[in-house]
Amino acid sequence: MAAPPPPGCNVELAARVLTAFLRQETAKFGIERAVLGLSGGVDSALVLELAVRALGPEKVLAVAMPYRSSSPLSLELAQASAEHAGVRLEVVEVTAMADAFIAAAPGLAGDDSAAGRLRKGNLMARCRMIVLYDRSAAEGGLVFGTSNKTELLLGYGTIHGDMASAINPIGDLYKSQVVALSRHLGVPQAIIDRPPSADLWEGQTDEQELGFSYDEVDALLHLQVDRRYPREALLEAGFPAAFVDRVARMVRASQYKRRPPVIAKLANRTVNLDYRYARDWGV
Amino acid sequence: MDCLAALCQMRPALGDLDRNLEAHFEWLDRAAGAGAGLVLFPELSLTGYFLRDLTQEIAVGLDDPRVRRLVARSKERSIVFGLVEESRDHRYYNSAVFAEDGEIKHVHRKVHLPDYGIFEEGRYFASGDRFEVVDSKLGRFGILVCEDAWHLSAGWLHFLDGADALLVPCASPARGVDTDGPELSSETAWRTLTAALALFFQSWVLHCNRVGFEDGAMYWGASSVVTPFGQRAAEAAGEHEELLLHRLSSDPTRRARMFTPLRRDARPDLVRRHLARLLEDPDALKAAGDEAPASRPAQD
Repeated sequence: MAAPPPPGCNVELAARVLTAFLRQETAKFGIERAVLGLSGGVDSALVLELAVRALGPEKVLAVAMPYRSSSPLSLELAQASAEHAGVRLEVVEVTAMADAFIAAAPGLAGDDSAAGRLRKGNLMARCRMIVLYDRSAAEGGLVFGTSNKTELLLGYGTIHGDMASAINPIGDLYKSQVVALSRHLGVPQAIIDRPPSADLWEGQTDEQELGFSYDEVDALLHLQVDRRYPREALLEAGFPAAFVDRVARMVRASQYKRRPPVIAKLANRTVNLDYRYARDWGV
Repeated sequence: MDCLAALCQMRPALGDLDRNLEAHFEWLDRAAGAGAGLVLFPELSLTGYFLRDLTQEIAVGLDDPRVRRLVARSKERSIVFGLVEESRDHRYYNSAVFAEDGEIKHVHRKVHLPDYGIFEEGRYFASGDRFEVVDSKLGRFGILVCEDAWHLSAGWLHFLDGADALLVPCASPARGVDTDGPELSSETAWRTLTAALALFFQSWVLHCNRVGFEDGAMYWGASSVVTPFGQRAAEAAGEHEELLLHRLSSDPTRRARMFTPLRRDARPDLVRRHLARLLEDPDALKAAGDEAPASRPAQD
């Protein structure tokens, strides 16, 4: 049996809601500018388009942050995306800072194992976070997040790295919905067509690394998370058991990335536990 | 009943009663300029919605001077607004106040408190214990605060009590862009619900939803006035603030009930007997679905 298709997306409605979200959520805090990292991929290109619609191109700073091993195509596409949106693009090489960290970590420089590559990838992602938060202070702009719902649920991102942001307009859109909305908002075709990649090393693609396609996993996650299908209903819908179980494990194992740190409770009211206030308190 | 109703599709600030109070005065000025006789604000209009631990901090008694100032403005026109009401014995209610002639005529304490999904009202609020119509100089109104409207029994009680119009202040967060429909799935659901309430109870339905964002959730507005025939007579736009005006009269209610005399043919006596049977025999209620599910079917 063929597995179900990925979730649909009412693109006009999503664009309207997300534009209003960015506009109001910045204005509430008396802020009118935004800073975001532009990777040359579709997620950040979409956030850029939304940011420009919400705040105007002159209020948005895009920052491309290549590392030595990043594909030159990534920077080209980031430039194309910034040009299409009509915003300033700052290029900040993270090679020197990431290499300094790598050099300072015993044995890491020559470590080409999967674990070593992962550590270096996380270092680069965190260097980019540092650059963005520094520009955020310099510009007086909020850091807009670019993690989509698929990545957040799978934990396919670096905690305190690319997962860090002040507000995230696309965190409730699956990757396939990000692509649909990007098409609708006119993100350059070359960016939409490019296979998604964390661009940590030559030839890396997400789907190859994950072992399944975004369409497949989006269909599964949508039924499991949004429609609350139990395991047996997912199998009945046509998903292979091994796939269902593997994704369920990934989601569970990465829960820590989606939550603030656990605080040991001693008092009556503990931050994040039973001291409960909305982030939009009083704004 | 013959009056111009104004629905204030506003954006309250979360946890800032003073600022919201000033906003209410501004909306009242606008409604006055339009000649409105009845002015309706959304659910928890004086406080904002996702209050969590602010609930107790922002709660006021009905004799609070700020509440009194707002009530005083009802000398010229009737006003319905929302707040967290603290009772003398320190229970907290999600209340809608109906003020008229400079006095509080009625307070509806929300009965059905949603406590699922993103809602946490059951954690913070005490539940109201009645549905009572308001006998106003403008007509007879039944108030249903948001989730109350989803319980058909609530609207039906107002219907039996002779309500001319159901006033439905709401703070409904947007959900559902994964459909191919033209609107949010929460909006589709409410559109269906308000039309159904109007049709079932042959009453005007005034659905006043708020706008704005709180912690990422958007309130989707689209406040509306539905006729006793179930037709949408006026509707505000989506996510922006807007003053929605529509004139209410008794004539459509009379004609609707002429075509289909649902009030005449209602059988509260039968319902009472049925409920008495159920409530007096706990086993009968249990037998109505309390056992374990036969299977766990896939749902869509």
